[in-house]
Amino acid sequence: MIQFTPSTDVDFVIIGSGAAGGIMAKQLSTNGFKVVVLEQGGWGKYGKEHEYTKDEWLNDHPSPEDRLMSDPSRQRNTFRRNDKEKATSGTHSYGCVVGGGTVTYGGSSWRHLPWEFNELTHVGPIAGSGLADWPITYDELEPYYSQAEWEMGISGKRVNSPFVAPMTKDYPVPPVPLKASGALFEMGAAKLGLTVVNGPIAIISQPYMGRSGCVNCGMCSGFGCHVKARSSSAVTMIPLAIASNNCEVRVNSYVREISTDASGRVTGVTYFDKDKKEVFQKAKAVVLSANAGESARLLLMSKSARFPQGLANSSGVVGRYLMLGNTVNASGIMDQPLNDYKGVVTGAGIVDFVPSDPKRGFYGGGRMTARGFDTPISYGLRGLHPDSPKWGAGYKKALMEEANHKFTITSFVTQQPLESNRVDLDPDVKDEWGLPALRITSTSHPDDFKSMEFFRQKSIEILEAVGAKRIWAGPVSDSRGGAHNRGTCRMGNDPKTSVVNKFHRAHDVPNLFIVDGSNLVTGGRNHPTMTIQALAFRAADNIIRNARRGTLNNL
Amino acid sequence: MRPQQRSRRQFLIQSVAGLGGAWVAANYAGIMEAQAFVQQAASSGQPIKLAFLTEAQAAEVDAMAAQIIPSDATPGAREAHVINFIDRALVTFEKNQQQAYVKGLQDLDAQTKALFPAAPRFSALTSEQQIQVLTAMEKTPFFNLVRTHSVTGFFASPIHGGNYNKVGWKLVNYDDSLNHKPPFGYYDAQPLPRR
Repeated sequence: MIQFTPSTDVDFVIIGSGAAGGIMAKQLSTNGFKVVVLEQGGWGKYGKEHEYTKDEWLNDHPSPEDRLMSDPSRQRNTFRRNDKEKATSGTHSYGCVVGGGTVTYGGSSWRHLPWEFNELTHVGPIAGSGLADWPITYDELEPYYSQAEWEMGISGKRVNSPFVAPMTKDYPVPPVPLKASGALFEMGAAKLGLTVVNGPIAIISQPYMGRSGCVNCGMCSGFGCHVKARSSSAVTMIPLAIASNNCEVRVNSYVREISTDASGRVTGVTYFDKDKKEVFQKAKAVVLSANAGESARLLLMSKSARFPQGLANSSGVVGRYLMLGNTVNASGIMDQPLNDYKGVVTGAGIVDFVPSDPKRGFYGGGRMTARGFDTPISYGLRGLHPDSPKWGAGYKKALMEEANHKFTITSFVTQQPLESNRVDLDPDVKDEWGLPALRITSTSHPDDFKSMEFFRQKSIEILEAVGAKRIWAGPVSDSRGGAHNRGTCRMGNDPKTSVVNKFHRAHDVPNLFIVDGSNLVTGGRNHPTMTIQALAFRAADNIIRNARRGTLNNL
Repeated sequence: MRPQQRSRRQFLIQSVAGLGGAWVAANYAGIMEAQAFVQQAASSGQPIKLAFLTEAQAAEVDAMAAQIIPSDATPGAREAHVINFIDRALVTFEKNQQQAYVKGLQDLDAQTKALFPAAPRFSALTSEQQIQVLTAMEKTPFFNLVRTHSVTGFFASPIHGGNYNKVGWKLVNYDDSLNHKPPFGYYDAQPLPRR
C-alpha cells in the first residue's frame, strides 16, 4: 500500500471507510487522485477474512484490535428524549473497522422508491414534521443504484410491483434462499392477498467477481463473513482502492477536527493516531463519510472564528433532522421447525405497506421482513417467549419446545425528519479522547408511533394467518441510536435550510464534501445502505468531473 | 516442547483463529487452561484444576447452575461442564465479575441459612430446598449473572470449557457445521405454491 506523509498535500482525505467512504476511496483513487482514508477502527480481518470468528462468545467479547463496532465505553454517547431532559449514558454504536458497518450488517439493499424523493410534494406538509423534497429525483439516481448493485454485488430478482422501485437492470446475482420464514410469508400472503419479494441482499448467493458465494453458515449479522460473501466495502471497494496505488488507508485514526484557513477553505484534518498523538494531514479537499452521527459531531467540533457554529453550519441545520430508524418486532411459535438460524438473517419481505395510505389516518409506511434468526447463546438468554420460565425445569422444557420454531416479523418503518431530533455535543460528557461525547436528542413524530402500531397489528394478522401460537409483539418503542442513523447534514438547494448541495458539496465550504447517510432528506422505510451507496457513486462522478475540468484548487 | 504440547498448542491456535495476537498473549493462560480441561476431561474424567473459584465455591456455583438448567432425561448444566466455563470466564472475559461472585456466594449462603438455619451450605440442600432459596434470590443481580453465565456456558463453543460434547447445541437441535443447504426447515421444504 502506498504511504503519504502528513505534509503531502494529497488530493483528498476521506474520513471513514464504510458504505460511502469505501466507494469514494475506490472511485477517486482509481481515477488518479491521491487519497488518504482515515478510519477510526482497525483492519479487522482484512485480506484474511477466513479468520473471522464464528464463535458467538468470542464475537461478543472481541479484543480491542478485533472490534468491528464502536465501543460505547470509549466512543461515549448520551441520549435524551427532549431538550428539557438531562442526557444520560447511551448505547449508540456503529461499524468501526475498515469497511464500517457493511462488514457486519444484515445486508438489506432496498432502493428508495421514486416518490420517496419528493414526499413533501407527494403528501403535503405534516404538522410537526420536517418532511422535505430531495434536490434530486429517483431518475437522476437510478443509474447509480444499478452501478452500486453491480459493483458491490447484490443478490436479488427484479420484480414489477408498485411497491418496489423500478429498475432498468436486474441484479447481478440470483436471490439468497427464501428460508422457512420466507415460505411462511408466502403462505400468509396467499391468505391475505399480500406481495412477497425476495429481499435484495448484499450477500452473494453465488460466486461473483472473484468472491465465493454464501455457505449459509448462520453466524451472519454481527459477525464478519469468513467466506467474503457479504459484499462489504472491505472486500469490494477498498482492495481496488489500494490496488490503484493512489490510496492509503490509515487505521486507528480518530479525527477530531477538519481544519480551515482564513479564507474558509479546508486545509486538512487533525486526528489522533493509535497512540493518541495528534497528526495533521494536509489535503486539497476533504470527503466526510463518517456516518450521520459522527459526521455531524465532527463538523460541530470543527468550530473556528469564521465558523462559530461549527463548520458548514451557517444554516444551523448540522445535526438536525436526525432519523435513528424505527423497527417493530412480532413473533409466534410454529408447530414445525423453521431452522431459521441457517442462512442470512432475512430472505423475504412483504412490501404492500411501503406506501402510506391516507385512509389509515397517519403518514408512514414500512417493509416487513421475515426472520427467526437466533444464534444459540442469544437464543438461550433472550430468544424464548417472554412468558416462558427463565430458569429451572420449565425453562429447559421451553428451550427444547421453542427451539427453531420461532417465526419473527421485523418491520422497518418510516421515521419522519424532525428539526428537534438531532445530534450535538454533550456539554458535560467526554469520550476517551477527551472530546465532547455525541449527544442524541430524539422522540419520534406521533405519526411514527401510529405507523409502528399499524405494523404491530399487521404482523399479528400474518402470524395468525399462518397458524403461529403464543404470539407476542410490542409494545412499540422508538429507536435511541444505532447504525441506521441518517439525516444530520441534509442535502438541498437552499443554503439556509440544508448543509450540502445536490452534489454533496458543503454550501459554506467549497472543498468539503459530505457523503454518507447524513445527507438523506427523508429516511425511506429505514433501509438506508443502498441509497447511501448510490449517492456515493453519484457524488464521486461529479467530483471527478469537476476536478478534471479545472484544478482541484478551484473545486 | 513435547510433541503432545505442540499439538495441543497447534490445536489451540487453530481453534482461536480470529483472535488478535496481543489478545491471545494476554489471555493465553486462561484459554490454554480451558483447552487443557476440555482435553483432560475427554480423556480421563479426573477433577480439573480450578483457575479462580475454590473447590468449595465451585460446588455452590455448580449447584446453582444445575438448578438453572437441570439434568433430567436430557443433559443439563452439569453434563455441559458449565462450572468449568464459568471458572475460566472469571479469569478471562469476565474478570471484572470476580468480586460479584465472591460477594454473591456469601449472599447465597446467608439466604440458605435464613430459610434453612441448620443447613451447612446451599449445595447440601435437597433440590426442592435449593429451588426455594433461588426463587427467593431470582431478582438479584447475582442470580441473573449466574443465569447469564450458565446459559452462555451451556451454549458457547465447547472450546470455552462448557457445552461439553455439544450437549447444549444438541438439546436445541443446533447444527454447528456452518455450511447449510436449503431447504433449511419444514416450511421451505413444502412444494409450491405455498398456501
